Amino acid sequence: MTTKHITRKATRHISQNEGLIFEKSSPGKAAWKLPPLDVPDVDTATLLGRQERKDLGDMPEVSEIEIIRHFTRLSTWNYAIDLGMYPLGSCTMKYNPRVNEFVSRIEGLANGHPYQAEKISQGALRIMKTLSDCLLEITGMDAITLQPAAGAHGELTGMLMVRAYHESTGNARKKILIPDSAHGTNPATAATVGYAVENLKSNGRGMVDVAALAAQMNEDVAALMVTNPNTLGVFEQEIHKIAELMHAKGGLLYMDGANMNALVAKARPGDFGVDVMHLNLHKTFSTPHGGGGPGSGPVAVKKNLAPFLPAPVVTTKADGTLGFEYNRPQSVGRVRAFYGNFGMFIRALAYIFANGPDGLRQTTEDAVLNANYIRKGLEGVYDLPYSTPSMHEVVFSDKLQSKKGVKTMDIAKRLIDYGFHPYTTAFPLIVAGALMIEPTESEPKEELDLFIEAMKSIAEEVEEDPQFVLDAPHNTRISRLDETAAARKPVLRWKPENV
Amino acid sequence: MRYLPKSPADRAAMLQAIGIHSVDDLFSPIPAECRLTRDLAIPQQMAESEIVDWFKQRAKENGEGYTSFLGAGAYSHYRPVVIDALVQRGEFLTSYTPYQAEFAQGTLQAIFEFQTMISELTGMDLANASMYDGSTGAAEAVMMAVRITGRHSGVIARSLHPEYRDVLNTYATHQAIPLRMVSFTDSGQVALKELETAVGDDTACVLIQSPNFFGTIEDVEAIAEIAHKRGALLIVSIAEAASLGIVEPPRTADIVAMEAQSFGVPLGFGGPYCGVLATKEKFVRQMPGRLVGQTVDKNGKRGFVLTLATREQHIRREKATSNICTNQALVALMVNIFMTVYGKIGLRELAKQNLAKAVYAADQFSKHAKVLFAGAPRFNEFVVETSEDPYAINSRLLGHKIVGGFPLKKFYPELGHAALWCCTELTTRSMIDTAVGLVAESERSVQTMKEVEQEVVR
Repeated sequence: MTTKHITRKATRHISQNEGLIFEKSSPGKAAWKLPPLDVPDVDTATLLGRQERKDLGDMPEVSEIEIIRHFTRLSTWNYAIDLGMYPLGSCTMKYNPRVNEFVSRIEGLANGHPYQAEKISQGALRIMKTLSDCLLEITGMDAITLQPAAGAHGELTGMLMVRAYHESTGNARKKILIPDSAHGTNPATAATVGYAVENLKSNGRGMVDVAALAAQMNEDVAALMVTNPNTLGVFEQEIHKIAELMHAKGGLLYMDGANMNALVAKARPGDFGVDVMHLNLHKTFSTPHGGGGPGSGPVAVKKNLAPFLPAPVVTTKADGTLGFEYNRPQSVGRVRAFYGNFGMFIRALAYIFANGPDGLRQTTEDAVLNANYIRKGLEGVYDLPYSTPSMHEVVFSDKLQSKKGVKTMDIAKRLIDYGFHPYTTAFPLIVAGALMIEPTESEPKEELDLFIEAMKSIAEEVEEDPQFVLDAPHNTRISRLDETAAARKPVLRWKPENV
Repeated sequence: MRYLPKSPADRAAMLQAIGIHSVDDLFSPIPAECRLTRDLAIPQQMAESEIVDWFKQRAKENGEGYTSFLGAGAYSHYRPVVIDALVQRGEFLTSYTPYQAEFAQGTLQAIFEFQTMISELTGMDLANASMYDGSTGAAEAVMMAVRITGRHSGVIARSLHPEYRDVLNTYATHQAIPLRMVSFTDSGQVALKELETAVGDDTACVLIQSPNFFGTIEDVEAIAEIAHKRGALLIVSIAEAASLGIVEPPRTADIVAMEAQSFGVPLGFGGPYCGVLATKEKFVRQMPGRLVGQTVDKNGKRGFVLTLATREQHIRREKATSNICTNQALVALMVNIFMTVYGKIGLRELAKQNLAKAVYAADQFSKHAKVLFAGAPRFNEFVVETSEDPYAINSRLLGHKIVGGFPLKKFYPELGHAALWCCTELTTRSMIDTAVGLVAESERSVQTMKEVEQEVVR
């Protein structure tokens, strides 16, 4: 095994072994202690009869120190933004400010019950109102709901509103146009709302083919779902024309806001013809990804769609206090119990406060600067399928390396050895063997230089010793896992007999 | 801007390397008429201390320091401090979905343990990695039942959380899934005779909640029998996860749609919470959401990966089982740690304390007001009917820094002056006695008023 190309970023260090928590369990150990019962004890058998549960099966019995060590050891097997660059394209893995975590845990906010009286919920309502106002200003839209729990849930909400809007005119229409570069949630969402999906081909510059759109657009089309900048990191330069084409035939323009980190304080979707869009607070507005969630996916709309927003919406009452308004006869209904992922609203608002207008602009500029710096550094080393200017992310392909049998996933696995999380592999689908890189604004120049150096070094390794790259990662606790076996005979839970 | 790690010199050097003069050049692909040429009208940059102060002010306006008897789908349980100590580790907090398994074994193994414990607690074969919350989980479960059975309608208990029903309605409308409601009896349980006639040959599923919205435990076996007799699946929604410590899990159900907020997740004004689905092994390929499976690496070492991804939107696009992508991973980790802390014995003792507090409180209330649905077993919630409108009572209780029970007429007009009260292990006897005393006072004054009125009539 060679280590000659290993850069300064990563070295191996002790990695502790750790079994499953069930394997540490033994009867009589405990990490809990309840206060003494201050009411009469009850006879559960009499109260519950045959509904009484007598045994909790294989639930663990462990002590507190074992729990701390268990999860701490597990945590050390993860990569994280806190450890370094996490350049997953269209995921916007930016710094998650710690003050966000702090304020979300303030007593009174963390312990508010969703059904407590409005009179004692003014703080929570004020947070929702202030965040809503900020997001409307940032997007240039007219009305907003914070209820959706994540991006795909926002898409669902947005498409429900598209449908309700068309239904209110007497024709729900039949299909949704979706560019071939789109994220998989877009077609999945359209199908959930009962629409047929029609694919829209991209043009040679990686953008929506306006002529094709004009040909495909008709009165059966309810909306076009566009991501802008799109998943190639390219701004749809003819977005005005696209909006006009949609509107001329009574269709709506939906924008997937996954890539909003390229636009905040520089351009507003409401100003370029978007009718409905969602935001990902866990991308653009710095709420943590937490290993896959929670997210938050507010949906902002133009005036003509406002009557269809999910109920309730936050309103200012005559006496100046805030309240929830439920009486919305044209609403698409609820998409989630209560009001949404409120804890994420707190974090996103804290992020907006920390930045202000100038900070948000600088953030966007740095995000785009970082992506273009990487593009410049790796151009020629990796194939750039579209030479169209990049915004906040850049998409290369493995065309040059695949000549040696090395694919994007192999390069990604080798990148792990260099101390970086891989970029997004094999997406967007319109680029064969895509390497989709989004550095975000959170990377200093030094980290970007290390990344470029690592990627160049891997390209050299591919030339010299492709097998070495194919066998990567070499420095992780475990090597490549057998995903086929996992899917063929799924083992989805621990059982005593598995041991 | 303190989050941005670049000096002006760094930026200049990078622009030079790219070969441009100004960062504006990078935004030239945005047509001029689309560009924003002014500052956003949002608050100016704040110092960290100002941000903390602003949110502390909001917390003060938000019922800080009140004693609460609210449950109704969001429960106040003690959260062991190790939960926040562990979930705030950056390696958990600031990592992405574990698509790159070799670099995310911590998250993956934790989810595998979560799936195991949820399966064990619900009495199902397996569980997924989480859904958004209990309401969307229930809606997804119904869509799953439609896929499994090839049938296109659902039968829903009116005693299912009303907001879960609302969400389900939103989802079902556009899936062309008609829903029939089944009401409840005097004991607060699903009306079985009505259920029998409601379930037909086109019924994909029966969806109930247990303990239901009134805190009443349903006869799941009897309901399962009715559903299964007609070839329909039974979905059981569980909104109060703590009940699983002492209430027999719905083993005869086909899908369990659970809200796990009770297990270590802050009330947080309604979210983020932690939905999760559990089911039988034979239905796994119709399950929405992420699943973690055990496998081996090329040296035979045990490891974990996201698996059965061919169900999911990033592979199957419009043919996926669901559009769900981001889930509630970090909240599921809170739940996971909570379940580990209490474990096999603690969860039972915790549930028993909840039960005892609710029994005591219901007994005390019954001395002064009517406790409804007394004929069936309950967990930690019960319904109290008063002479006075519970909104009026609650408004007076607020003056004593007490948040009273949830008035039910908003969702169940026929229940009039009834309110849903909840006690957990955090509810003390003196809190209960104070609240009961105030309600008793209200009942007495209404009684006196009535007597005075009758005197006048005489």
